[in-house]
Amino acid sequence: MKKIEAIIKPFKLDDVKEALNEMGIQGMTISEVKGYGRQKGHKEIYRGAEYVVDFIPKIKIEIVVEAERVDEIVDKIREAANTGKIGDGKIFVFSVEQAIRVRTGEKGKDAI
Amino acid sequence: MKLKKMILTVIISLAPFSSAFAADVLNSGDTAWIIVATALVMVMTPAGLALFYGGMSRYKNLLNTIAMTFVAYCLASVIWMMWGYTLAFGPDKGGIIGSLENLFLVGIGVNSLTGSIPTYVFALFQMTFACITVALVLGSIVDRMKFSSWIVFTILWVTFIYCPIAHWVWGGGWMGNMGALDFAGGTVVHINAGVAGLVLSLVVGKRIGYGKEAMFPSSITLTALGAALLWFGWFGFNAGSQLAADGVAGSAFLVTNTSAAMAALSWMFAEWIVNKKPTVLGIASGVVAGLVAITPAAGFVNLPASLVIGLVAGVLGFYGVAVLKQKVGYDDSLDAFGVHGICGIWGALATGIFANPAITEGAKGLIYGNPKQLWVQFVSIIATAAFTAVGTVIIIYVTKLITGGLRVEQESEIAGLDSSIHGERGFEIHEV
Repeated sequence: MKKIEAIIKPFKLDDVKEALNEMGIQGMTISEVKGYGRQKGHKEIYRGAEYVVDFIPKIKIEIVVEAERVDEIVDKIREAANTGKIGDGKIFVFSVEQAIRVRTGEKGKDAI
Repeated sequence: MKLKKMILTVIISLAPFSSAFAADVLNSGDTAWIIVATALVMVMTPAGLALFYGGMSRYKNLLNTIAMTFVAYCLASVIWMMWGYTLAFGPDKGGIIGSLENLFLVGIGVNSLTGSIPTYVFALFQMTFACITVALVLGSIVDRMKFSSWIVFTILWVTFIYCPIAHWVWGGGWMGNMGALDFAGGTVVHINAGVAGLVLSLVVGKRIGYGKEAMFPSSITLTALGAALLWFGWFGFNAGSQLAADGVAGSAFLVTNTSAAMAALSWMFAEWIVNKKPTVLGIASGVVAGLVAITPAAGFVNLPASLVIGLVAGVLGFYGVAVLKQKVGYDDSLDAFGVHGICGIWGALATGIFANPAITEGAKGLIYGNPKQLWVQFVSIIATAAFTAVGTVIIIYVTKLITGGLRVEQESEIAGLDSSIHGERGFEIHEV
């Protein structure tokens, strides 16, 4: 099993979710995160006090899938999340040691 | 004979409307209006100012700012009725202070009158002014003052700084006798609070990280709402200061709104030009700048003058907070001096320029052929600022002695006063 972590622009979440659903991905976990890479922050000015906001809001999607499907899924995510502009995000793949379903106790592939 | 009787009847029936018959008689129209005006000014402190300042404070100190505002209102309310009213408006002693004759309002009863309104109503109306003046001061030192120190400071400051100045200008003291024009509190409230705030911020010191760390306002939404409530309440502040429901009150009402609106626009445009973005914080701040500036002038100036007063106030206020403060580097955190001090000074001077005898008889400014008024205004500004600056410093050090220091511990300041002083959170933002 592999874990896919995709950090994407927030407004792309629906597109990525649709794409994953079409591929039969059963569920996912998302979190609101902040970060930056090459995309620069922006300036805010409050009564003359100027602040640079470096961190930009992003969405992180985490899913655990069968190892055989990883390439296919990563491509689909990248396609759905892509805008062609700086700040589109990154996708990481990790190995997963074990997965357990809380309700039934099923392990491994039956749990994801 | 019949004609004589008719004329006499007409004259006698008109008599109640002449001023000779109206003095020292309760006027229910005036009384009703001043009761309402008092409620309007009341809302300016725990609602208007609390939200205006609270929204500009960092989230971790939002409640503390509201707490300081609320407690200032409560303390001043009680102090005023015990000894504040008599010190400010009691029988004059040497032009400096009122006597203690009306301590705890002794000697004043249900039927006592001040002009055409009950003295109780007059006393409460004036109280709301004392409350908001001291509350304004806290704007300079948010995020870092001990709550106990704020309480002690409030008690001492209202007693020894607000009451004397109120007496000088409105209570029969030397400034009023000199001819200084201050309709609703340019000197008594705004210059007073602005200078006191500046002095307090210099003694207490800058916030940790000031100038280096980003200090985001917790909620411009709350600040905008606060500004709107202040604007609403200010109608009571200015139009109510006529102490009567009449034409001058109507005039003060009109110019108050115009000045506020004009200043909001001029601040907005100034900011748009300089920073390329018009901000809601700027619009809200401009509103307050315009209201501050028109305060001393409200019952003395006409509509065109109020447009000028507002226009300049917006630009001046923007300059004071966005340029001057950054250049000089003091941490007058929420710009009590930048807005109230600076725009109050402009308003007091503008009163000396634009006071129109056609509105209030005897109040004549520079452009109506009385240059001396401008000088009198200048003297009143300097005297207020000097007395407040020196007096506030003394009170700060006495407070420091009584409460063992003015500032919270460093860790408390960094963690935030809402948690370290109050053990509370402003909003329940759901985090696991």
